[in-house]
Amino acid sequence: MNTDPVVTHPDLQLITLDVNGERHDVITEPRRTLVDVLRHELRLTGTHVGCEHGICGACTVLVDERPVRACLMFAAQAEGSSIRTVESLSEDGGGELNDLQRAFSEHHALQCGFCTPGFLMLAEGFLAERPDATKEEIREVVASNLCRCTGYQTIVEAIDACATTRRRTCATPCDSPAGKEH
Amino acid sequence: MSNSPVSDGKLVGKAVRRREDPRLLAGRGRFVDDIALPGMLHAQFVRSTVAHAELSSVDVSAVRDVPGVVAVFTAEDLELGDIVAQLGRPLSEFVPTAMPVLARDKVRYVGEPIAIVVARDAYAAEDGLEAAKVSYATLPPVLSEEAAFADGAPLVHAEAARNTLVDVSLFATEGIDGIFDAAPCVVEVDTRTGRQNALPLETRGAVAHWDDREEQLVVHTCTQIPHQVRTVASRCLRLDERAVRVVVPDMGGGFGQKCVVGREEIAAAAAALRLRRPVKWIEDRKDALSASFLAREQHYRARAAFDAEGRILALDADVVCDMGAYSCYPFTAGIEPLMASAEMPGVYKLPAYRVRGRAVTTNKAPTGPYRGVSRPQYVMVMERLFERAARRLALDPVEIRRRNVITEFPYKGVNGITYDPGSYLESLNLCERSVREEGWYEKQAAAAAEGRHIGIGYSCFSERTGYGSAAFAQRKMQVVPGFDISEVRMDTSGAVTFTTGTMNHGQSHETTMAQIVADELALDIAKVRLHQGDTDRITYGFGTFASRSITIGGSAVRLAAAKLGDKLCAIAASRWGVAPEEVELTEGAARRRNAQDVLTYEEIADIAYLRAHLLPKDIEPGLSVTATFDVFNDGTFSNATHACVVELHAGTGQVEILRYVCVEDCGVAINPQVVEGQCRGGIAQGIAGALFEQVTYDAQGEPSATGFMDYKVPTAHEIPDVLIHHLETPCAFTETGAKGAGEGGTIGAPAAVLNAVNDALRPTGVELDHTPITPETVHRALNGAPSLESSS
Ligand code: FES
Ligand code: FES
Repeated sequence: MNTDPVVTHPDLQLITLDVNGERHDVITEPRRTLVDVLRHELRLTGTHVGCEHGICGACTVLVDERPVRACLMFAAQAEGSSIRTVESLSEDGGGELNDLQRAFSEHHALQCGFCTPGFLMLAEGFLAERPDATKEEIREVVASNLCRCTGYQTIVEAIDACATTRRRTCATPCDSPAGKEH
Repeated sequence: MSNSPVSDGKLVGKAVRRREDPRLLAGRGRFVDDIALPGMLHAQFVRSTVAHAELSSVDVSAVRDVPGVVAVFTAEDLELGDIVAQLGRPLSEFVPTAMPVLARDKVRYVGEPIAIVVARDAYAAEDGLEAAKVSYATLPPVLSEEAAFADGAPLVHAEAARNTLVDVSLFATEGIDGIFDAAPCVVEVDTRTGRQNALPLETRGAVAHWDDREEQLVVHTCTQIPHQVRTVASRCLRLDERAVRVVVPDMGGGFGQKCVVGREEIAAAAAALRLRRPVKWIEDRKDALSASFLAREQHYRARAAFDAEGRILALDADVVCDMGAYSCYPFTAGIEPLMASAEMPGVYKLPAYRVRGRAVTTNKAPTGPYRGVSRPQYVMVMERLFERAARRLALDPVEIRRRNVITEFPYKGVNGITYDPGSYLESLNLCERSVREEGWYEKQAAAAAEGRHIGIGYSCFSERTGYGSAAFAQRKMQVVPGFDISEVRMDTSGAVTFTTGTMNHGQSHETTMAQIVADELALDIAKVRLHQGDTDRITYGFGTFASRSITIGGSAVRLAAAKLGDKLCAIAASRWGVAPEEVELTEGAARRRNAQDVLTYEEIADIAYLRAHLLPKDIEPGLSVTATFDVFNDGTFSNATHACVVELHAGTGQVEILRYVCVEDCGVAINPQVVEGQCRGGIAQGIAGALFEQVTYDAQGEPSATGFMDYKVPTAHEIPDVLIHHLETPCAFTETGAKGAGEGGTIGAPAAVLNAVNDALRPTGVELDHTPITPETVHRALNGAPSLESSS
């Protein structure tokens, strides 16, 4: 009969995850994917699941600042890395949206919003690495994830607008959180 | 966000920033899989692995021994009522079929649910599936229209002879054969469109639990039609309707697939009721691709007669829709053939019309509505007929349309529908001009000189959006959607909560509907808040489909807000001892015309609730009003013209879209940015159907699409930027002047893409009429090999 899984499951393991700058000790099955652990054990439900086979990108998070599909990684494999999810973007972790999020809103780059956390984290990781990305390069990267609502154009425009503003503001030293990214 | 201007009565028409964005962008949206309840269990379904079989035995005894599994139920265990969709038509026209919640004696498609496994987590539930032993006495599967109609074909449903669920001949103009005989030009098309998946990015799902305190089964589910899910759940489970509450959280898209009642959400609810524990079911992508409701597999044979000047004289069409294994609730298998039959003439002045529409049942996943419902297909047929006639008569493709579109309104069509005013000719002219001004015709000529293949294609259409009860009653559905109810309530702080019976799944209702209320009450939009998707909070509603939300739902909202405004005026007037007409509402307060007297909404609400003794006898305490809205004529029609420019690559057969232009007229655009978003998203889905997406089946009835490797969803690579022009012909039949904008993009795109490809193929003499257009087909056409189409 069913009882609490934590007590009875034959092979559980203790893993330590660093998520959004916070340390979490999780007892879980080795087969659990990173996205399931983030969503269901840490209750960070901002990251979404659209396919569980690595194509849609809804589950994209940053692992050591690089965009990664959290459905293709076991949680145990993320031990020792620093993980960032969409919840980390708002400037005080729950209040003001950051410049990338604001750009999405301004450009109507989301409708149902289900794909959005994945695109945000994809863009966040990409722009940190390639702050000078051209619009065409941004389109290339946007093509890694699926959105069923927007037709993509506004997502490309939002990311491009954010990148442009960041470049402008960071031509002179700045201390905005956006500026710190690169 | 600082986006809450005090309404000066003019928020409608502005690109007000979306109020749903902050939470969705911060990862604080709440979708169904985000719901976790104490003690919650997880469900997965044992599904049929064969397309057509008697169920010899379903042995789930070993499932219970799998670690983590809590329970497993078959149809026999749950004893649920069936889901039966009904049309009020004679048996010769419609055969109702029962869709059991879990398969009982027979399975009719790969993926059909047979048993529900409930476990402590989804992983364990999946382990449990493997222990189920199902034995099948297989039957030959019926997998195509031709096989279904063949003499002696196996029957998918014993009661449906010739596997026909719907067979209607709605129109047959007298003497039509004579018109064809005498016409100087008769053209034919034979089009087929691939079976598609509406494919919301969030798969279907439900979390159900029994609430002891309320004595209610609460079902959180992502559905476009919460009240209809409640009806079916209560009937299948034999509970009073008040004992079921359906709550819809944020939804990751729907596009029609979530507009029908699924078996799985009912089964999950039944399991929760049995176990008295919360049960969650989240569909995985494999099931969503292969076993969810699909759409669009249609075959049209159509002929049109034209005079020598290219004016259409008659249309004769035979429509067959492959509806798969079951009739969906509430729309039935009639949804596609009835839509096509009634509305095929579209934007054209057609004097004579004959049509037969059939729904055939096959051993494939059942179909349901999908954004546009048949309109993408019949628009494709009409637009192909005009293109073909233009070639035959050596007319310009735009000119032949110009000669045929309806220009005088109201226009009563040969299909009995009265069209409300639209901008059919204007949109066509503007669209062509836009393409010309960007120099695409010159680019096309220059490319041709270099041996490259650029083509330009158009499509013109209208779409009925404001289907009121009267329009739906003509379909003869037993469930007749159409009206909407809205309640608007002000609390003692002067803040407003209002409801709609429609259901947002990406269309920005929280913003657009609030714009309407804020304007009507001259109130800060921040003081206005929408509730939707909860059957306990909303008296009744038909949800969101057919682009009805703003048209009908928004009209009800506006009427209710106006009614509340009247009450605010009446209370203020009674305080001042003047007639209500002496009072006006501005900036969140009632003001006496030509006087200094002001009562803020807080002050009026304070009287209405907390000092009701101050109210005159004829005014009831409280500030809650309700209004309903319905469209009592044939409905409202949005319209558009689309143009697409493609280049065909000879080496690969690839179709590259170089430009896409859309001129849309949805009446008053409540929020133009939202309208553009709907257009772009719709066009992307239309392009997907035209060029990429298709579910096919092998000879055993195994679906091809079980993952995104096999089902090619276009990305930002394939979807072009879209130039949108707006025209505005306000609607006379709605309170908002809006007509509805959800589906147009999807309707126009396949025809525009197909015509563009055919234009590029012009030098080869090949004409393509089927979608999706595969690179192989294009490659063959460009390289002089015989076409694939005739064989498919
Ligand atoms: S859920 Fe991970 S890529 Fe789709
Ligand atoms: S906004 Fe709905 S899937 Fe992208």
